Amino acid sequence: MSVRVEDLKIYYTTLRGEVKAVDGVTFSIGDGEIMGLAGESGCGKSTLGNGLVFLEGRMRHAGGHVQLDGQPLPIGDSRAMEAFRLRQVSIIPQYAMSALNPTRKIGRMTADLLKSRGVDYRKVLEEFKRRVRLVGLPEDVLDRYPFELSGGMRQRATMVISTLLNPSLLIGDEVTSALDVSTQRAVGEMLMEFRDRGYVKSTVVITHDLSILAQIADSILVMYAGKLAEKAGTATIVNNPLHPYTQQLLASLPEVGLRYDEAPLLGIPGRPPSLLDPPKGCRFRERCPFAFDKCVEEPPFVELRPGHEVACWKALQEAQVPGGPMVAQEAAR
Amino acid sequence: MKKVVTYLVAFFVATTVDWGIPHLMPGNPVEIYLSRFNISSNTQYVALQKTISESFGVNVPLWQQYLDFWKGVLHWNFGISFYETAPVTHIIAQAIPYTLALLVPAILLSYFLGNRIGAMAARRKVLDNVVLPIGYVFQAAPYAWLALLLAYVFAVRLRWFPPSLGSNPGIAVGWSWSFILSALHHWVLPFLSVFLVSFGGWSIGMRNLVIYELETDYARYLRSLGASQRLVRRYAYRNAVLPQLSGLALALGVVVGGNIVTEVVFQYPGLGHLIFLAITNEDYFLLQGIFMFIIIGVLLANFVIDIAYVVIDPRTRLSMTGATA
Repeated sequence: MSVRVEDLKIYYTTLRGEVKAVDGVTFSIGDGEIMGLAGESGCGKSTLGNGLVFLEGRMRHAGGHVQLDGQPLPIGDSRAMEAFRLRQVSIIPQYAMSALNPTRKIGRMTADLLKSRGVDYRKVLEEFKRRVRLVGLPEDVLDRYPFELSGGMRQRATMVISTLLNPSLLIGDEVTSALDVSTQRAVGEMLMEFRDRGYVKSTVVITHDLSILAQIADSILVMYAGKLAEKAGTATIVNNPLHPYTQQLLASLPEVGLRYDEAPLLGIPGRPPSLLDPPKGCRFRERCPFAFDKCVEEPPFVELRPGHEVACWKALQEAQVPGGPMVAQEAAR
Repeated sequence: MKKVVTYLVAFFVATTVDWGIPHLMPGNPVEIYLSRFNISSNTQYVALQKTISESFGVNVPLWQQYLDFWKGVLHWNFGISFYETAPVTHIIAQAIPYTLALLVPAILLSYFLGNRIGAMAARRKVLDNVVLPIGYVFQAAPYAWLALLLAYVFAVRLRWFPPSLGSNPGIAVGWSWSFILSALHHWVLPFLSVFLVSFGGWSIGMRNLVIYELETDYARYLRSLGASQRLVRRYAYRNAVLPQLSGLALALGVVVGGNIVTEVVFQYPGLGHLIFLAITNEDYFLLQGIFMFIIIGVLLANFVIDIAYVVIDPRTRLSMTGATA
């Protein structure tokens, strides 16, 4: 396992108290695995992803630990993290299109960055150019300013810069969200290409778009309100989800060949709870059509089947009766 | 080039306004001029008024005066001052060294120091807590108030520096050591008052700009890739200085206009003081001449900064060459 996260807690300090954006999550990512991290806005997925690379001023490492390639990753200590960034952990930020200094040529900026990390730019220059060509950009973007490129080109340049030193863990934060559908696909394929070529070992793709994950991810982790809801292989999540939240997320996606005036798309009524003072027990309880009295207690995140972990009392109960878990899915349809 | 046309149009409009405004002022300069002599006889008065109007060229219709003015501008001749009865260019030439010696060092020094200190304040809490209040006080202080305060403390109370004038009137103006020392001595207080106010402005502006730049996406990205603080700060400083630069251009452009309030308070014989005198005496030609200097100064400074910007900020190159992103 190249990445192990154990009981990780990341809180935001605000004037009204602590916002528990990531509240005790445990999971691991294997070598060469692309893990999708899905959920609605405000459920902590970006906080989790960003927290593994860079904790900003208001974010606080409130507990738990992270291991990368068998070594502890000191995510709470920004100084100590500096040595890991770019070399071992790296990020393609949500704002990838505006991530480059507007007044520096892209090659020059990269050289400045590498120099400040003690890397000789001339030694990686050839590889840099090769990768720039790999993502379909002309080599001369290195001599151009960011504003001379389109948004998509800037994003690809950012992807190359972020992965230039072959990090073990790459976080892609909403990398496809601002793109049109055909570009989304290309970016997804680039992430797979980077993995296949060994530029990155493990990748976390943060998105609210389950359909892009169905194409590129090996496994999917669904978060709800700062907690883990479900984790399994991509096919299992898409075809056989156990958590009602995952089921409803999937039901709100359009499907090819269906006419939606006949069968309207389902949304999920309600909104995620405030993380300032999250409700006790299952956090999805308020919006869950299957909630019952057991749900006032917090459900454990347990492996119900090999490689399929869920935090849901109902799924847990059904798993214990023969032929059980499928019923929940039928009921959701 | 399009820019050159813009500058020519701006020059034409500004010059016309420059000519028009003194003529719109109430009162008649010839009468004010004559009132300085005690003329009792009415016929004498009318005759004198006629001669004087003719010699100053104000007896002809307005459009003729306007054309004459343009002719003068092109020949670098702004007429004769009513008040001093000397050529305007000559009077201005005497005042300019004082103004330049006072304002150019004050503005440049406050610009460089203000930017440095402001950028440092943006990233050091302790320094910020010191610089910010002091900066606000200086920036908000009216020149006149600060000048009076300085004059009171350092000239009247402590008697370290003279309270007024550009040099000791007993010493002849020229390249003698005694004159230079005396001029320096008189220069300190007006310099300080201009320097402090603009220093406050620059440092606060720079502090805010750097804080903004340190929060931008590119700064966050660099930090999350582990770039050194030095690199992030260098980029932030470079980008934050750009808006400051246009501010500097404007400040340097109006330098030739002097700083009226400071120069009046300290009776400093620069252009600002001259403007004050010209207005109180309704001295058309002097006023027009000084304004002409200001117009040319502002346009020239803007032109230079336009060019400097293209060198420093690559983004402006696009709009100059008309290329599309």
